[in-house]
Amino acid sequence: MGKKLLMKGNEVIAEAALRAGCKCYFGYPITPQTEIAHYFAKKMPEYGGTFIQAESEVAAINMVYGAASAGARVMTSSSSPGISLKQEGISYIAGAELPAVIVNIVRCGPGLGGILPAQGDYFQAVKGGGHGDYKMVVLAPSSVQELYELTVEAFNIADKYRIACMIMGDGILGQMMETVEFKDKEEIISADKSWALTGTKMEREQNVITSIYIDPEVLESHNLKLQRKYKLIEENENRVEIFNCEEADVIITAFGTVARIIKNVIKMAEKEGIKIGLIRPITLWPFPNEAFEKYATVPKAFLSVELNAGQMVEDVRLAINGKNKVFFHGRMGGMIPTQNEILDKVKEILKG
Amino acid sequence: MKTVFKRPHALKDKHMHYCPGCTHGIVHRLIAEVIDELGIEGKTIGVASVGCSYNNYEYFNCDMAQAAHGRAPAVATGIKRVNPGNVVFTYQGDGDLASIGTAEIVHAAMRGEKITTIFINNAIYGMTSGQMAPTTLINQVTTTSPFGRKPELHGYPLKVSEMLATIEGAVFVERVSTHDIKNILNAKKAIKKAFQVQMANLGFSIVEVLSSCPTNWGMNPVKALAWIKENMIPYYPIGNLKGKDLEV
Ligand SMILES: Cc1ncc(C[n+]2csc(CCOP(=O)(O)OP(=O)(O)O)c2C)c(N)n1
Ligand code: SF4
Repeated sequence: MGKKLLMKGNEVIAEAALRAGCKCYFGYPITPQTEIAHYFAKKMPEYGGTFIQAESEVAAINMVYGAASAGARVMTSSSSPGISLKQEGISYIAGAELPAVIVNIVRCGPGLGGILPAQGDYFQAVKGGGHGDYKMVVLAPSSVQELYELTVEAFNIADKYRIACMIMGDGILGQMMETVEFKDKEEIISADKSWALTGTKMEREQNVITSIYIDPEVLESHNLKLQRKYKLIEENENRVEIFNCEEADVIITAFGTVARIIKNVIKMAEKEGIKIGLIRPITLWPFPNEAFEKYATVPKAFLSVELNAGQMVEDVRLAINGKNKVFFHGRMGGMIPTQNEILDKVKEILKG
Repeated sequence: MKTVFKRPHALKDKHMHYCPGCTHGIVHRLIAEVIDELGIEGKTIGVASVGCSYNNYEYFNCDMAQAAHGRAPAVATGIKRVNPGNVVFTYQGDGDLASIGTAEIVHAAMRGEKITTIFINNAIYGMTSGQMAPTTLINQVTTTSPFGRKPELHGYPLKVSEMLATIEGAVFVERVSTHDIKNILNAKKAIKKAFQVQMANLGFSIVEVLSSCPTNWGMNPVKALAWIKENMIPYYPIGNLKGKDLEV
């Protein structure tokens, strides 16, 4: 087996990217994800790739657009305010069907907000923060090991479907030191990149990377093609962790670091004879609807716990589709719900 | 007999959508001729921007990307860093480069990116129907400066080439014009040199091309060319600002 190392989440993202063949990183400093850039700056030369500290997040995402156009595996990372600036570029990347990996180590908003952990960018990530009808795959790891595995996976998904893939974490995960076991060799899919801009060498027709189609019929069929691709991704790529859900009194849904707290709550509750289950979406888009459909009528109610004012809970309600009650508990501003707080909420729900 | 007007190979045999008398088409031709003469069509990658020339990949034969408004230098940076052996150029208007894209052009120059920018200065926003650009001249009437550009309200026109020439990484900077044959030939020489500077890996190169927009200036094509000479050149002097003597 591979090497076991004790590493910080943010550094693991960069290490995983390099192992996955990422040849370009473009970023602009922002807390709490800057270690990603530091790691790339130091290591990229060994891999013969490009590291640029861009003049802004706007420039960084457009450098991503360029490098992806040229066929390279490319990553950018930022935190919420910077991700807002990248929305223009993300929409263009979606329109031009370019593979790219974008990391958002989410902090509190709105505005400059604060640097503490939050999940307030869920809507922006899964509902499309930029303009137009587009989707990006959003992965939400909850441990450093998973951060490593999903980062490698993100590059494969991006290449396979020519789509932007976001890794969404928070400052807890980014700063957390945990053991991570690296594989000796990463599984890297070989994707056809005959569309890339490499120069025609006078041997083939011109390649063009664009997102503009002035003719409405052509643009509609381009959009339909994108929608078919999204459908395919919904069918093939949704990932979810289901824990303790059979015969659960209440099923809690949570993603990322919050799910770690829920696992402790489950243990606490067990001692009091309450059975709590957990559905943890690993892909926020595509949303794992089937898992919710399957367990919709098992518990007395669902409870979504999030670090926001109630965002994923909307997708949970859509998935449950009126078959059960769905409650919400959230904290904001960098406040983290305690285990007792969550357990009290569960008891309150069970009391009816 | 000598053929005077042969279509360069780097240009497709296609009717261009530009208005009659617009100089975008001339500049496309010059770039294509330079690509032919340097024999680099197979390794050239162009980056179109947002403006009337947004789709000039329909006209050039080389590989091309279309970039968001103002972002072409960042896109070109990404492409060039992946493919250092390619010749990469951006084609940008003055709304694109001198307004929304100021950060991207300044920093591409600062990094000394080995790319070439062809900067079309027509003192106006063409595609969106004649709004004031940062390059619009004092007293010039546009749809958003209906009483003329006033220094106290709008400031003075931005001299992009002079500004970029102060940047170490911008090694070749020249302003040229398209108002007559002699100047068009000079423009081609400058474009060629700018590409050669890139090919010699010397740094960032830019050619600012004073151009006409007869449609939004409200003039016929002949008057528009005269307007470049009489009004633009006095404020935007033509000539080399940097890198004239570079060995390429
Ligand atoms: C983000 C964004 N803002 C505004 C526009 C609208 N827009 C399209 S072209 C253009 C102006 C282009 O003017 P210029 O760069 O001078 O080129 P020209 O049309 O004169 O050749 C603008 C503002 C856009 N496409 N994207
Ligand atoms: S609007 Fe102006 S810049 Fe655009 S094509 Fe017409 S003349 Fe040329």
